[in-house]
Amino acid sequence: MEPRTQAVSDLSTRPDGRTPLLQVRDLRVWFELRRWVFSRAGYVRAVDGISFDLYPGEVLAIVGESGSGKSTLIRTLLGLHRPIRGSVSYQGKDLRSFTPQEMRWYRNTQVGYVQQDPYGALPPFMSVRQILEEPMIIGGIRDRRQRLERIREVMEEVKLTPVEEFLFKFPHMLSGGQQQRVVIARAILMRPRLLIADEPVSMLDASIRVEVLKLLQALQQRYHLSVIYVTHDLATATYFADRIIVMYAGKVVEQAPMAELLAHAAHPYTVALLTALPDPDPENAHRLKEVPPGEPPNLIAPPPGCRFHPRCPRIIQGLCDREEPPDFEVGPGHRAACWLYRP
Amino acid sequence: MTPSKALLQISGLTLHFRTRAGIVRAVDGVDLEVGENEALVILGESGCGKSSLARAILRLLPRNVAAYHGSILLDGLDLMRLDDESFRREVRWKLISMVPQAAMNAFNPVLRVGEQVIEPALNQLGMSRPEAMERARTLFRLVGIPEAFLQRYAFELSGGMRQRAAIAMALITSPRLVLLDEPTSALDVLTQANIFNKLKQIKWELGVSFILITHDIAVSSELADRVAVMYAGQIVELSDAQRFFREPLHPYSRGLLASVPRLRHRGELAFIPGRPPGLIQLPPGCRFADRCPLRFEKCAQDPPAIHREGRMVRCWLYE
Repeated sequence: MEPRTQAVSDLSTRPDGRTPLLQVRDLRVWFELRRWVFSRAGYVRAVDGISFDLYPGEVLAIVGESGSGKSTLIRTLLGLHRPIRGSVSYQGKDLRSFTPQEMRWYRNTQVGYVQQDPYGALPPFMSVRQILEEPMIIGGIRDRRQRLERIREVMEEVKLTPVEEFLFKFPHMLSGGQQQRVVIARAILMRPRLLIADEPVSMLDASIRVEVLKLLQALQQRYHLSVIYVTHDLATATYFADRIIVMYAGKVVEQAPMAELLAHAAHPYTVALLTALPDPDPENAHRLKEVPPGEPPNLIAPPPGCRFHPRCPRIIQGLCDREEPPDFEVGPGHRAACWLYRP
Repeated sequence: MTPSKALLQISGLTLHFRTRAGIVRAVDGVDLEVGENEALVILGESGCGKSSLARAILRLLPRNVAAYHGSILLDGLDLMRLDDESFRREVRWKLISMVPQAAMNAFNPVLRVGEQVIEPALNQLGMSRPEAMERARTLFRLVGIPEAFLQRYAFELSGGMRQRAAIAMALITSPRLVLLDEPTSALDVLTQANIFNKLKQIKWELGVSFILITHDIAVSSELADRVAVMYAGQIVELSDAQRFFREPLHPYSRGLLASVPRLRHRGELAFIPGRPPGLIQLPPGCRFADRCPLRFEKCAQDPPAIHREGRMVRCWLYE
């Protein structure tokens, strides 16, 4: 049986002929485990063969549970980890071939990064003004007046107004929502083309969460930003993203346009996630949910075959536990790495 | 809908803390009831006083308490009248136990999990070791951990398993009421769903009552028979879950429910502008008024608890 594997090259051609801003190909980021200083004890396969494209102006959600490799993935996209195999290309150029100057240009002016924990992401002894001024000083904007003007502009954009009231405040004097606005302001300060948001609202209270998400959405639309929204929360992702990638144990198990995924989730893991996620419904308390037992596998010695097979309710014995499933096309722009969909 | 038989009756419960900045009114006159075999959810955002309420019920108080009064009746027993020693001996674990926030990280790393799980049964009930171990095995089966894990150390258990072990520990003394403070907030979606399945089974099979404290509205519906919404130290709405999730009364509850992203029945997401008041300088009148889209003149006065068709709401709209 010859699986109809999606050839990697035809990922990047789209009917509208646009070229992707970011291309990720068979990316593998493994961390070496050493027992003593020299002997290698194995690898943690945090990211293990991931491919996707991100187009200009597109919002891509990367959804996965803790330990699925999503943080390693975005740190690699930021050029902070070197992949053991595979590549990340920005505007067609491999990050690994960037000169130090190009890397600085990429990190400082092309990508904005919104961290998960705003308080941890802001230096405690710097005022809002200093925090926002620093990237411009590093970016070589010499004129102090120009810098201040841009700070005001950005603060108004993220609704940290009146600006004067916030300029000289320190992070601990701000609420969680305001801190996250400072982080967002810093991320868009240099007018990046790509915004990487790592769980930007998971530390915020429900009522504030929507406000920050709406702010991100407004910025995305105004500046036609490409956004990678990394989250464990499928529910918020469905409101925000055009396309979604579902990760499990270092691998992409399914990717699809958002509406398509909600209507026709294919991979048993995605189906389980959708089943497990509660909507606020009083009936929930009176019924049990069918969720797979167990926990995600250890990434040092992942199970053979499909990594979800030990928990999968639809396992095909002798296949799923032996052979790793390739991506199968299950719908327009919709692929699932699951043997159920072999042609 | 008042519970058929009230297990826990709280009225006028107040817990204030003294800090350098002033008096923090964390729990400010709370009235609640929990029925037999009922799950009451206390829903609120960070800083609303919900964890302090749990501490006030279990009398787990820090040193800087400025005021602690009100009445707590458990099955007719007046808990506030007990001295600290008899409260510790007779109430904690025996009648009310608690799974505190991040309980799964609270296991002693150098003791086997089983030893820790049976400890309340040995100390509080005077059970023999074999007896306690037998009960621990039953409970581990109930929460879905293989018995062999009783002999393991905490680091050998996954986060979800440790959380379940903490739940088993809370049940080992067969308490009447278990307080769960954000029992799944650090766990993955599937693990969370598994744990709520177990909690439901425990509720159905053992007949215990639960108070579930959470900020997560969707999660709260997984166990709730009734919901109490807490805002700035007060309960602003108390309702049965059926009506609460379908038509919340208080404008704050409505705002909260409108901010929940849903996979089914999707609508426009909304948010509540502004932020809750600090618990030190509470505004006069309704504490939600400055964020409320429906406020009117009357809101400058303190709204009373208005009872209506078995529900309670602290809002002038329903006068």
